[in-house]
Amino acid sequence: MSIFEYNGSAVVAMVGKNCFAIASDRRLGVQLQTIATDFQRISKIHDHLFIGLSGLATDVQTLNQRLVFRHNLYKLREERDMKPDTFASLVSAILYEKRFGPYLCQPVIAGLGEDNKPFICTMDSIGAKELAKDFVVSGTASESLYGACEAMYKPDMEAEELFETISQALLSSVDRDCLSGWGGHVYVVTPNEVKERILKGRMD
Amino acid sequence: MSQSSVDLPPKGGFSFDLCKRNDMLTQKGLKAPGFLKTGTTIVGLIFQDGVILGADTRATEGPIVADKNCEKIHYMAPNIYCCGAGTAADTEAVTDMVSSQLRLHRYQTGRDSRVITALTLLKKHLFSYQGHVSAALVLGGVDISGPHLHTIYPHGSTDTLPFATMGSGSLAAMSVFEAKYKEGLTRDEGIKLVAEAICSGIFNDLGSGSNVDICVITKGHKEYLRNYMEPNPRTYVSSKGYSFTKKTEVLLTKITPLSERVEVVEVAGEAMEE
Repeated sequence: MSIFEYNGSAVVAMVGKNCFAIASDRRLGVQLQTIATDFQRISKIHDHLFIGLSGLATDVQTLNQRLVFRHNLYKLREERDMKPDTFASLVSAILYEKRFGPYLCQPVIAGLGEDNKPFICTMDSIGAKELAKDFVVSGTASESLYGACEAMYKPDMEAEELFETISQALLSSVDRDCLSGWGGHVYVVTPNEVKERILKGRMD
Repeated sequence: MSQSSVDLPPKGGFSFDLCKRNDMLTQKGLKAPGFLKTGTTIVGLIFQDGVILGADTRATEGPIVADKNCEKIHYMAPNIYCCGAGTAADTEAVTDMVSSQLRLHRYQTGRDSRVITALTLLKKHLFSYQGHVSAALVLGGVDISGPHLHTIYPHGSTDTLPFATMGSGSLAAMSVFEAKYKEGLTRDEGIKLVAEAICSGIFNDLGSGSNVDICVITKGHKEYLRNYMEPNPRTYVSSKGYSFTKKTEVLLTKITPLSERVEVVEVAGEAMEE
């Protein structure tokens, strides 16, 4: 069994018209036993920047704490929030620093940059950035997520349609993966508001 | 004591503190994760006015295509570019690092960078990690002493060649070069040959795919032709789009309104005075 399959996870982010959506499943397991059904995989760095981490849960929490810490330091020094592409470079550097003994997680970063242009990217566990213009996926359900997103994604969707698309892609993919699921957690961010929704999914 | 060194921004270089734990997990039977690799076909050739570099754009994670349009031709200096194959994080990190070192060197010396400087910096770094930093590179550029093309292997050995290929598709591309390369190619002939070699890699090697990127470097001028050729467009786009029969059920919604982003504008003449 792979280390990534120890806890199970699914994270996906999609780009819409001047908005983005990031979604994750809610299961925390130890191999085949489910421990919790409300695990928080996505954390807010600032109002317009979110990061979702899939992989080993302990590294997810450690990395979350380190990144929030680094962003707080940046805010104190620069007196402003970090731009999403700068943050992506920071995460990539933190992960590559541990090249030969890596953090066992794969981040998905989503944010609104200048002029409210959405930015998404994902990385492997040693920080190789992969920028995309449409969607990025990560986690044990990633193969199903790739397929579902390729079929369901359309460019320039508005916030409500984007929410529906990302939720359907997430739920249909985790239904085909034993290790992730038990509901979904979706954040849809537009320049004026953040809508956080909890989805009802199959609880098996 | 040791905890504080983890929290502060590090001084640079690699940190090995999670190695023991990862080893323990591997011994317990949990396989280590695979890294994003760039299966790849990368090529370079010297033509009459300079150097042409070419690369495909597929990034793989095991058998899955993780990125259909990634950039494998990295900027090193205004007159030097480098294509990278192998572990994606290693090629990006090593080319970024040497690019910064070259810029500092340009500021110090006041001269344009030479290709051989980039070559030496890269090979020193790769050799010192004994091949564990898995980056196979094709480095090309035009400096004061003319056009240069080099290949660098992950263990640190280098070759200087008139035409070169690296990556999983290197054999497919090299067969095209060996058949059709000649000295003194013109710009258009060179671009056509490079595109043909990359296409041969794209269609015959499973680790390479998608589009062709080309970079032409001549004395004092460079042209980065991103997605020069797109021989694999998506053919199954449905005009109607995907329609969902049943809407997702939502258990809980929380809306957080965000304040308008405030822009601080410095008005001239209002600076504080003593």
